[in-house]
Amino acid sequence: MTSEAAVSTESVEPLVELRDIRVAFGGVHAVDGVTVDLYPGEVVALVGGNGAGKTTLIKTLSGAHKADSGQILVGGKAVTINNPRDAQDLGVETIYQTLALADNINAPSNIFLGREVRTRWHTLDDTAMEHASRQLMGRLNPRFRNFTVPVSSLSGGQRQSVAIARAVHFNARILIMDEPTAALGPAETEQVRDLIRQLKKEGIGIFLISHDIHDVFDLSDRISVMLQGKLVGTVNKSEVTMDEVLAMIIAGKRPGEVTDQDIRNLHG
Amino acid sequence: MSDASATAERTDEGEGRQRKSPAGLLRSMELDPRLFGMLIALAVIWIVFQVWSDGTFLTPRNLWNLSVQTAVVGIMATGMVLVIVTRNIDLSVGSMLAVVGMFMGLLQAEWLPQWFGFDQPYTWLITLAAGIVLGAVIGAFQGSIIAYLGVPAFIVTLGGLLVWRGVAWWLASGRTIAPMDTNFQLLGGGSRGTIGGTWTWILAGAACVGIVALLINGRRRRRKFEFTLRPIWADVTIGVVGCTAVIVSAWVINSYPMPPGLARKYAEENGIVYPEGGLDIPLGLANPVLILIVVGLVMTFIATRVSFGRYIFAIGGNPEAAELSGIKTRWTIVRVFMLMGILVAIAAAVQTARLNAATSGLGQLAELYTIAAAVIGGTSLAGGIGTIPGAMLGALVAQSLQSGMVLIGVDAPVQDIVVGIVLVVAVALDSLYRRRLK
Repeated sequence: MTSEAAVSTESVEPLVELRDIRVAFGGVHAVDGVTVDLYPGEVVALVGGNGAGKTTLIKTLSGAHKADSGQILVGGKAVTINNPRDAQDLGVETIYQTLALADNINAPSNIFLGREVRTRWHTLDDTAMEHASRQLMGRLNPRFRNFTVPVSSLSGGQRQSVAIARAVHFNARILIMDEPTAALGPAETEQVRDLIRQLKKEGIGIFLISHDIHDVFDLSDRISVMLQGKLVGTVNKSEVTMDEVLAMIIAGKRPGEVTDQDIRNLHG
Repeated sequence: MSDASATAERTDEGEGRQRKSPAGLLRSMELDPRLFGMLIALAVIWIVFQVWSDGTFLTPRNLWNLSVQTAVVGIMATGMVLVIVTRNIDLSVGSMLAVVGMFMGLLQAEWLPQWFGFDQPYTWLITLAAGIVLGAVIGAFQGSIIAYLGVPAFIVTLGGLLVWRGVAWWLASGRTIAPMDTNFQLLGGGSRGTIGGTWTWILAGAACVGIVALLINGRRRRRKFEFTLRPIWADVTIGVVGCTAVIVSAWVINSYPMPPGLARKYAEENGIVYPEGGLDIPLGLANPVLILIVVGLVMTFIATRVSFGRYIFAIGGNPEAAELSGIKTRWTIVRVFMLMGILVAIAAAVQTARLNAATSGLGQLAELYTIAAAVIGGTSLAGGIGTIPGAMLGALVAQSLQSGMVLIGVDAPVQDIVVGIVLVVAVALDSLYRRRLK
C-alpha cells in the first residue's frame, strides 16, 4: 500500500479535515504536521502510545488548545477555533478522558453547563433541564436515577453517562471521544460501544482515541496511527491485521514495510 | 422510549430515602442538613447566653441591636461566599471598606456641598451610587490582576489590604470626616433609620406570601414535567415554619419601642398628647437589616437562579471543566470580585452612616470576620461549596457570640479566644460531616 487508505465514501465531502497541524510545547513538537480527516457516519480511531500526540491533536479541534500552524476545515470550509465555544458552535462535541465534569453540581447542571435552558425571565430553568436530562438518560442509560445529587457521588459509569449525555444532547455532527471506556466495567463498556454504533448510524462522525486495540477494531472504519507527534499513516480497518497496526504503533512502520522479524519482535 | 423515561421519572428517588430518621425527614423536605445544624447551634448559643445573662440576651432590645450589628459583616459575607467558592479569597475587604467609606464621607461632607450646599435631598443617593461604582472598580481591578495575570488572589488582596488602608488615610490625611448627610445617616439605622412598625408588619406579610408562592410555584413546575412531587406534608411544614419564623421575628422587632425622647418628639410632630407612662411606638426593622435582607435575597437569586451563579459554582468544582464547557472563566472571576466590591461599598455606606463619621481606621479586621462568617456558614475553602443563607447565618452566629460575651462582661481578649476557637471547631465539624458523607 503506497497511498493513503482509500475511503468508500469518496463522493461525500469530509466533515472535518485537519491539515498539517503543528503544536509545540517549548521546544517539543507534540504534534508535528499531522493530517487526518473524518466523514459522516464514520469512526476514525486515533491510536498511538503515550505521548504520541493524539490528545493534543484532538484538542486543536475541540478548542481546548490552539494549533501553532495548520488548517482546520469543517464541512469543506476553513474555520478558526479559538475556544471550546467556537468548536461547539461548529457542532464539535468532546468527551474528555477526564470527563471534565464539575463534581459539586448535579447531572442536569453538568449536561447543560455553558448552554443552560432559561425561562423567559432569563433565569435558569432547572426543571426543564432536569426533564430533558431524564429523557436523554432514558435513552443512554435507563438505570441512571440520580439527577439531584452532585456528580461527585456517582459511580464511574454514571459519570461517564453524564459526560456522554452532554456531548450528544446538542446535536453534534462531530464527536470526539478520548478513551471513552477506560474507566468502565464490561457491561458499561458494551453500552458505550452500542451508543457509538447508534450515533454512527445517525450520520455523526466520531474521532475515537483508544488504547484498547479490540475497541479500535470493533468500532472503527479507519485507523490513524501516531508516533512521537507524527502521523505514521491512516489505514482501512478491513485491510489490516491487529499485528500490522501494533507494528505501526510501536515501530512506526506502515503495513508494506513490516518484516516478519518485526512481527516476531512484537510478540517477544 | 418515552414510556421508559416516564416510568423512570416516577419511580426514581424513592430509593435511599428513609422517611423515619431525622436525616430522612430533612431530605424529604429537601433542606440542607448543615443549614439546619447551624440553626441548632445558633439556638444553643442564644439559650446559653440567655441563662448566663439572667434573661437579658433574648430581649427585643438586644435582638434588635444584634440584627443591626450583624448587617455590615453579613452584607460582605454574601459576596465572600462566592469569592471563596471560586477557590479565591479577598483579604482586602476591610481596607476597601475604609477607602470607599472615606470617599463617600468626603463626597457628601466636603466635595458635593461645595457645589450644591449641605443637606440636598439627593446627596445621599449620589454618594451611595458613586461609592458603589468605586467599589466595583476596585473589585474589577483586583479581579483582573487575579484572573488575567494569574497572580494568586491571596497575594493580590493582601497587597490590597495594605494599599487601600493607606489610600484611605491619604485621602484625608488621617482626618475624621463628620458629620454625614442627614439622609445618608438613615442608612445606618439608629433610632430614626428604621422602617417603622407598620411597614415591618407589611414586609412580614409580604414575606409570608412570597414563601407560599415559591412553594406553590415549585410544585406547579414539577407537576408540569410529571416529576415526583415533594410530599405535601413537607411543603406545608416548610411553609408553616417559614411563615412562623418571619412573623415571630417581626413581632420581636416591633416589641422594641422608640426611646422616650424620640417618642415625645414623634408625638409632638403628629399632634398626639404625650401620655404620662410614655408612648409605646415600635421602631420597626432597622434600615441596615432591611438592606441585609434585600442583599441576601438578591445574592441568593444570583447564586442559584442565573447562569452567572451556576458558572461560579462550576468554576469552583472544576475550573478546567468550566473552561472546556465554553464558560468565560476569567471574566466570571472578574465579575465575582466586582460584585464583592459593590457589596463592600454597601457595607461601607451602612458603617459610615451608623458611625456618622468616616475614618481611615474603618473596617479593621472586617476581612477576617467576613471570611469567618462565610466559613462558619459552611463555605469550603477548597472551593465549590457554600450558600448565601449559610454565610448570613454564619455572620449572625459570630455576632451573637460577640454580643453575648459583651453582655455578660467577658474581657475583650477572651472574646477573641472564643471566636477563634469556634471558627476552628465549626470547620472541623464540617469536614467531619463531609467525610462521613463520602
